[in-house]
Amino acid sequence: MLNWWLPENVATFGDEIDWLFHLIYWITGITFVLVAVTFLAFLFLYRDRPGRRARYTHGSTPLEIAWTVTPTLILVVLTFLSLPAWSRIKMSMPQTDFVVQVRAKQFNWEFTYPGADGKFGTPDDKTFLDEMHVPTGKPVRINLGARDVIHSFFVPQFRFKQDAVPGREIAAWFEVRKPGKYEAPCAELCGFGHSGMKAWVFAHAGADYDTWAAENLKGEAAPAAAGAKPADATPADAKPADAKPVKTEEKAKR
Amino acid sequence: MSATTVHGHAAHAEHEHHDLGFIRTYVFSTDHKMIAKQFLFMGLFMLIIGGALALVVRWQLAWPETPVPGLGMILTETGGVIEPSHYNMAFTMHATIMIFFVVMPILAGAFGNFLIPLQIGARDMAFPTLNMLSFWTTFPAALIMIAGFFVPGGHAAAGWTSYTPLSSVAQYTGVNWGQNLWCISLFVMGVGSMMGSINYITTIINMRAPGMSLFRMPLALWSLFITAILLLLALPVLTSAAAMLLFDRTLGTNWFNPSQGGEPLLWQHLFWYFGHPEVYILILPAMGIASEILPVFCRKPIFGYHAMAFSMIGIAFLSWIVYGHHMFVSGMNPMLGLTFTITTMIIAVPSAIKTFNWLGTLWGGRITFPPPMLFALGFVSMFVIGGLSGIFMASTPVDIYIQDTYFIVAHIHYVVFGGSIMGAFAAIYFWFPKMFGRMTNNALGHVHFWLTIVAFNVTFFPMHIIGVGGQMRRIYNPMQYEFLQHQQHWNVIMTVGALVLGFSQILFAINFLMSIASGKKAPANPWNANTLEWLAESPPPHLNWGPRIPTVYRGPYEYSSPEGPEDWLPQDRLVVASSS
Amino acid sequence: METTAATRAVTHILPGKVGVWWFLASEVMLFGGLIGSFIVSRLGSSGWSGEAAHLSVPVAAINTLVLLTSSMTMVMAFGAVEKGDPRGLRTYLFLTVLLGLTFLGIKAYEYSSEVAAGFTPVTGLFWSFYYTMTGLHALHVLAGIITNLALFVMARRGLRNQHRVELAGLYWHFVDIVWIFLFPLLYLT
Repeated sequence: MLNWWLPENVATFGDEIDWLFHLIYWITGITFVLVAVTFLAFLFLYRDRPGRRARYTHGSTPLEIAWTVTPTLILVVLTFLSLPAWSRIKMSMPQTDFVVQVRAKQFNWEFTYPGADGKFGTPDDKTFLDEMHVPTGKPVRINLGARDVIHSFFVPQFRFKQDAVPGREIAAWFEVRKPGKYEAPCAELCGFGHSGMKAWVFAHAGADYDTWAAENLKGEAAPAAAGAKPADATPADAKPADAKPVKTEEKAKR
Repeated sequence: MSATTVHGHAAHAEHEHHDLGFIRTYVFSTDHKMIAKQFLFMGLFMLIIGGALALVVRWQLAWPETPVPGLGMILTETGGVIEPSHYNMAFTMHATIMIFFVVMPILAGAFGNFLIPLQIGARDMAFPTLNMLSFWTTFPAALIMIAGFFVPGGHAAAGWTSYTPLSSVAQYTGVNWGQNLWCISLFVMGVGSMMGSINYITTIINMRAPGMSLFRMPLALWSLFITAILLLLALPVLTSAAAMLLFDRTLGTNWFNPSQGGEPLLWQHLFWYFGHPEVYILILPAMGIASEILPVFCRKPIFGYHAMAFSMIGIAFLSWIVYGHHMFVSGMNPMLGLTFTITTMIIAVPSAIKTFNWLGTLWGGRITFPPPMLFALGFVSMFVIGGLSGIFMASTPVDIYIQDTYFIVAHIHYVVFGGSIMGAFAAIYFWFPKMFGRMTNNALGHVHFWLTIVAFNVTFFPMHIIGVGGQMRRIYNPMQYEFLQHQQHWNVIMTVGALVLGFSQILFAINFLMSIASGKKAPANPWNANTLEWLAESPPPHLNWGPRIPTVYRGPYEYSSPEGPEDWLPQDRLVVASSS
Repeated sequence: METTAATRAVTHILPGKVGVWWFLASEVMLFGGLIGSFIVSRLGSSGWSGEAAHLSVPVAAINTLVLLTSSMTMVMAFGAVEKGDPRGLRTYLFLTVLLGLTFLGIKAYEYSSEVAAGFTPVTGLFWSFYYTMTGLHALHVLAGIITNLALFVMARRGLRNQHRVELAGLYWHFVDIVWIFLFPLLYLT
């Protein structure tokens, strides 16, 4: 049933996350059914009827031990099953030459490519607004930062999420398996324009990515279809996608 | 102090009380029962405000950018349509009010105050004047919080979690004095809570009646005792964090401002170090209340009394070392993610123990279903769901996906509404006769329960679904996202549920108020329950007991005991037994 | 402490004392929040020792001695209570108040010279911490002074609830201990 609701996973480590998700779903689901059935059965079986007397007991130490040890074991196992995935996703960085600098600001995502020289902060960098292009089949490293408040880069179909914190740069990675167009909303409240703040991640199969890169990363900084702006746009200029413009002196709210 | 001096004082005080006048009896009362009612009324009133804010949020999510009925008069410029900035304020204040000014005042403030002296056989709290001050500090804090709605720039809008620098730099939200008042209000509320906690702890340690050992205390008292300790130790951390936030905003310090060398994550560490014990503060009293009510209506002892007490102590200890699970993707060192996963998984164990013991209490019982029992059963069942959903988030990799989605919102509401609020309703129905000397209307109570539990699940269960689907928290319009559009119908269903849920509470309000005014007079012990409060009249007089305080001979849950002819055996009844 | 309720102290410890101990526990958490934040920020930063060099260690050391002495006079005040010596009680309470005021006076002198040198709470993170932590501490010292003064006034009329001196003493020692932490953290690291 989980698969009805989960968006399709197209990234490599998404498999591990989904596997754990399903495991916990079954464990909690079965537990819930067992508890609920027991609960309802008891309410029915032991309802008051004429002549009924309740059983006078203070408990059962063997049962206490059993239902302490069993959940503990299950949870400890779950913990050990979770740690490797976490370690792989958040505590290691696969070797890759594909790096994009991501900067979040109220209320856009800026994606900067290093250009031919492979270095950031040089004149041949190219920046796009709210649009990221990546190749499939290759780990993509992002250096995530924020210009004002905390944002969060969330790509549901990659099972990827990482907060972007002002004042620090956080390295994260993902690897996409399937070409397509994937929505990347901001997942940390960042102001009145939080809702609607999102980027699109376009994943291209190898050759198609090279075509895109040739057209867009070399030569003049060609604005992408969504409308790129220079990287030094200030928060005051940002217009959130669908929300109304803010009035800085707002009248008293009731 | 000798016993005779003590009783001399008590009798003398009894006479004094008659001349106290309206203000000292009803306003600045030092009687714990009156203070309890003050907290209860304040909490129930704030519940209306918090609930109304929730309905605003739900309306916007179901029918984005359509006018909310009734708001056209207030939001004249937009014709009743909520703007994104109002929306942010609505969910921020919904949570802030519910947590600090509804659940805490009702469970800890009202029931802590009402039950502690009565259940331990004391005449009042250890420090009655301090008790009066604790209400009269909390109430102004509530007023300060409400004032924030009326200042230019509106109220705080950075979430109840108030992450910096969104909350510490006014320019990022456009909110000015609202956020400052938020800080000040919580500061003052913290002081009031701490006063109450000192009172509860001292009273329970020092003023138990003869024979009332710690392990003969009702579990409600255990839960309130542990809650008070958590409050006392956790709130000061919020206080210092709120002060730092206020200084950043008003004095120009930069604790949380990265552009001046501050650290945004410092706020998160401080806030959640307080915040996680805080959520156990919200649930523990409800657990104690359920443990009180279930034995009464099963007519048998609580299953595993010692396990129940120790599991609450375990929860309290563990609550300090799990807080990082709120910060798994925050940029905190991922190594800490490993440690916090372990502790977070483990903290599920004591709650599981409690659930099994509640089931054990039902087993073999003689169960009846008046409204207090219905709500107590509602508490147990909804808490199970809320607790199980927590396991998903405990696993760090899964939390990568779930963090900041509606799955979390589902979890929160199953434990705080399905847990704490259902516990509060159970407590109100159960102790209403003792508090007000009247019975509530039984039929209305049943209807209130069924409407509430069905509407509650319609409102909150689908949040698991849309959360798994990826819907983020705190967004204003899900239709702005292509990947969410296919599940928008759930938002409509949930809002309809929320409207039914909200309006069902009117039944409760009617029952509550009408019963106070003209309910059937209540006997001292309408439930044939064992604990000491049922010995006193309904309502108990000033100083609770007559000339002598009770002496305790047994534990609180001796129902269907072979020692006595009836299926209940009060704690204070001396049984001349032929065998032990 | 007097109450209208029956104070049958199960643990044979006076309710007031139990109350004060738990209150001090909450104070530990209050200062702990700030001190913890300071330590973490200090470890993660560089260059703060430079800022701390602008504080005057000798002046603060004198202040430390002042506060320690006041704790001693507080102990002696309580000793006077136990010995049934009302005059001694008044003398030592008075001395404690005096020493407390001296502490605050020296602190005020420190603050004014630091502000004159251009170091205010908004000058930088170190200074925000410094002023907030010592300021919060100073407020607590002030509260203690007021309490001790109130006890002094009551003692002149013949103090009935003499265990209040013990409770005030507990609080005063706590305030002293907090300073023992603040002094090395702020001035000596």
